Amino acid sequence: MSEQATLEKNKKNLWGGGRSPFNVSWGKMYMWFFLVSDAFTFSSLIIAYGVLRHRFAETWPKANDVFTHFPFVEGHVPLAYVGLMTFILIMSSVTMVLAVDAGHKRNNKSVITWMILTVIGGFMFLGSQAWEWYHFIHGTEHGAYVMTDGTLARHPFDEHHHVVENTLVLSDGQTITGAAAQKLMEESPKFHGANLVRNEYGNPLFADFFFFITGFHGFHVFSGVMINIIILINVLNGVYVRRGHYEQVEKAGLYWHFVDLVWVFVFTFFYLV
Amino acid sequence: MEIKENIHAAPAVSHDHGHGHDDHHDHHQSFWTKYVFSTDHKMISKQFLITAIFMAFLAMGMSMIFRLQLSWPNHPFPFLESIIGKWGKGGVLDSGFYLALVTIHGTIMVFFVLTGGLSGTFSNLLIPLQVGARDMASGFLNMLSFWFFFASSIVMFASIFIEAGPASGGWTIYPPLSALPQAIPGSGLGMTMWLVSMVLFIVSALLGGINYIATVINLRTKGMSMTRLPLTVWAFMITAILGVLSFPVLVAAALLLVFDRSMGTSFYLSDIFIGGVPLDQVGGSPILFQHLFWFLGHPEVYIVLLPALGLSSEIISTMSRKPIFGYKAMIGSMLVIAFLSFIVWGHHMFVTGMNPFLGSVFVFTTLLVAIPSAVKVFNYIATVWKANIILSPAMMFAIGLVSFFITGGLTGIILGDSALDINLHDTYFVVAHFHIVMGSSAFFGMFAGVYHWFPRMFGRMMNKTLGYFHFWTTLICVYAVFFPMHFIGLAGVPRRYYTNTAYEGWDGLININELITVFALLAGVAQLIFAFNFFYSMFKGPKAPQNPWRSNTLEWTAPVEHLHGNWPGEIPEVHRWPYDYSKPGAKEDFIPQTVPASETPESNRPGDH
Repeated sequence: MSEQATLEKNKKNLWGGGRSPFNVSWGKMYMWFFLVSDAFTFSSLIIAYGVLRHRFAETWPKANDVFTHFPFVEGHVPLAYVGLMTFILIMSSVTMVLAVDAGHKRNNKSVITWMILTVIGGFMFLGSQAWEWYHFIHGTEHGAYVMTDGTLARHPFDEHHHVVENTLVLSDGQTITGAAAQKLMEESPKFHGANLVRNEYGNPLFADFFFFITGFHGFHVFSGVMINIIILINVLNGVYVRRGHYEQVEKAGLYWHFVDLVWVFVFTFFYLV
Repeated sequence: MEIKENIHAAPAVSHDHGHGHDDHHDHHQSFWTKYVFSTDHKMISKQFLITAIFMAFLAMGMSMIFRLQLSWPNHPFPFLESIIGKWGKGGVLDSGFYLALVTIHGTIMVFFVLTGGLSGTFSNLLIPLQVGARDMASGFLNMLSFWFFFASSIVMFASIFIEAGPASGGWTIYPPLSALPQAIPGSGLGMTMWLVSMVLFIVSALLGGINYIATVINLRTKGMSMTRLPLTVWAFMITAILGVLSFPVLVAAALLLVFDRSMGTSFYLSDIFIGGVPLDQVGGSPILFQHLFWFLGHPEVYIVLLPALGLSSEIISTMSRKPIFGYKAMIGSMLVIAFLSFIVWGHHMFVTGMNPFLGSVFVFTTLLVAIPSAVKVFNYIATVWKANIILSPAMMFAIGLVSFFITGGLTGIILGDSALDINLHDTYFVVAHFHIVMGSSAFFGMFAGVYHWFPRMFGRMMNKTLGYFHFWTTLICVYAVFFPMHFIGLAGVPRRYYTNTAYEGWDGLININELITVFALLAGVAQLIFAFNFFYSMFKGPKAPQNPWRSNTLEWTAPVEHLHGNWPGEIPEVHRWPYDYSKPGAKEDFIPQTVPASETPESNRPGDH
């Protein structure tokens, strides 16, 4: 085979060497592999959550009973607030797509606009999450009752997500009503909300996993916002105009979409299922 | 942009290939940029190797200390007190510190020597040189990878010196032992440092691994198709993929453990009483940790082993002067091993109360690993079959690796079967099995790699006679140490016990333990000879010729004196696969990858790679 023919053949062969078979820079490939590995971290956390939730299905709180607050709204609107959070995060993914697209069109001004909106979306999500945590940590006015062995007895919820006043559920799922419940309520100290050890809504592992997984995700969002701010500063300084391409915006975008996607799974497994 | 000091006259360095490296700063490198914060893959590989050698001697020294206790229980060895102080009062090893030694020995050997040291050294040295790249995809992140590794080594090393002693819950750090500081002295600050060190290590492994994969995919030189890659590069790439997919799961496991330890959560803890008082933590599952841990832990075995197999494939083919038998079968078997490694983790957990049906699924997947492993072994044997073998020290070590792989693999079939494993679990049989199949064979692959590529790393040759001496003493010692251990295990002696003489029934085994310890000490002396050979040859060894082993692969076409960017001028182009040894009709018994088919009309065949 002549030299020329070999070269011709290699040009056609994507994997023949001398070029990137996927036509991507190492940096973008790096981001992809990092995201694959990060996906494994989140998957193992969510699987661990699923296993323990399955084991304690009976005492596992229902998200509909726990997350019922909405700012400036009296009464219970289950999951409306987290729905709004999710919508905000998804919208920030949309603005990110538009920023990347503007970058492809070399439209620096438009990249600035969309990056600013993406950063704002990220901060709004983080703020909403803080609000959500605040309400979960503070709990309901009814609270739960600390038994002598340290476990909690709590009021069950009715179908409208309101507490049933005269009934108590012990940590092992046993229900107590009437005078016995009244006596317990009078004798026991109260505990409101949730932390890593106790949870007025039911199994403490719910709170453990909630704080851990949404916290771990929130940390990712926070890093993403920081990355987006750095990118925004670069865009403002015209770094990518001089460089001639906006690949950094694309890479930050990959990360941001991944964080969004993970939230969709967290939302599904913590709130919906 | 010209490299003037190089004798291979090159008109100008052209950077048409992938990323543009600026070679000119090669001239102004200070001590710091050349030896410390280097972004050159060749220097980084040396940094990994030397750090790993230090860690290996540390871990080996620990094993000598606890071997003394195992064969001469409670016999005073006054020098111990001068080495380990309060943990060796009167020369007798403290029982708690025994556990710490076992733990840190395992951790360092598995992660710092056979993962960081083996992959870090040889992936860094060989991937860019063998695929024909100027450096790794990102030199900077590669440098960070080493420095995270170094920081994690420092933290692990420092944990030996804290007052309560280092982590002592075993290298698998099962909770609740590792989760509760009250459980054992090592589960306090020592365990915290272990976890910090491992997090740094994982960052390093990810930075390195992603870099290796990206380099192999993106930066192969012209003509270097995937099926022209040397098997070393395939092995390193598959290893890196395993690491990228499995280490993150350890991150999750470790973070949950950190929360259990410090934040009061109960992911892994339930129903624990200390001094009759129940802990707050209820509902968690220690078995959950084992699942998460072994999802990393089992691929980790192949992260340790595959690079060694890759190195030995290359060495066995070169030194047999024959093409590797079944090149594509070798790649396929590595891919199959890698895939299977993710679905066999349950065989570490047969005694956790696992459903026997699930157990039998894991038995099945585990025994399947025997098939690709056997493919590899038969390919090695077929490669050396009727070959014109050159028994260099590297070749001896590569053959030693195959020997260990067979011996240890056979006991793996026994342990993979739940019916047998339930009897042998946590006995010395297991210790013997994995020290042979993954410990010693990976070590032999590493030694083979060091002897073979030393001329490439340092431009000098190692002493052959000392190499042979090192090989034979180590081979004999490894078998003398670990072969009898199987029988101790079959007799039922559990691993990780401070003394093997707790029960009268085992008193008769003390002779075997003494034999093991004598050979273990001897093996330690043999490693000192290796260290001497290594460091002496680095400065005083004879200068290496361009291609000392008459090898086909690209790294031997780069100048002996290292330069940043690897090749002066254009990167060589590749025209054939790397295993054209003793090709019928060829003038020489090797044809380097850079020789085009047009120059070898006498040996070309239809269907050549």
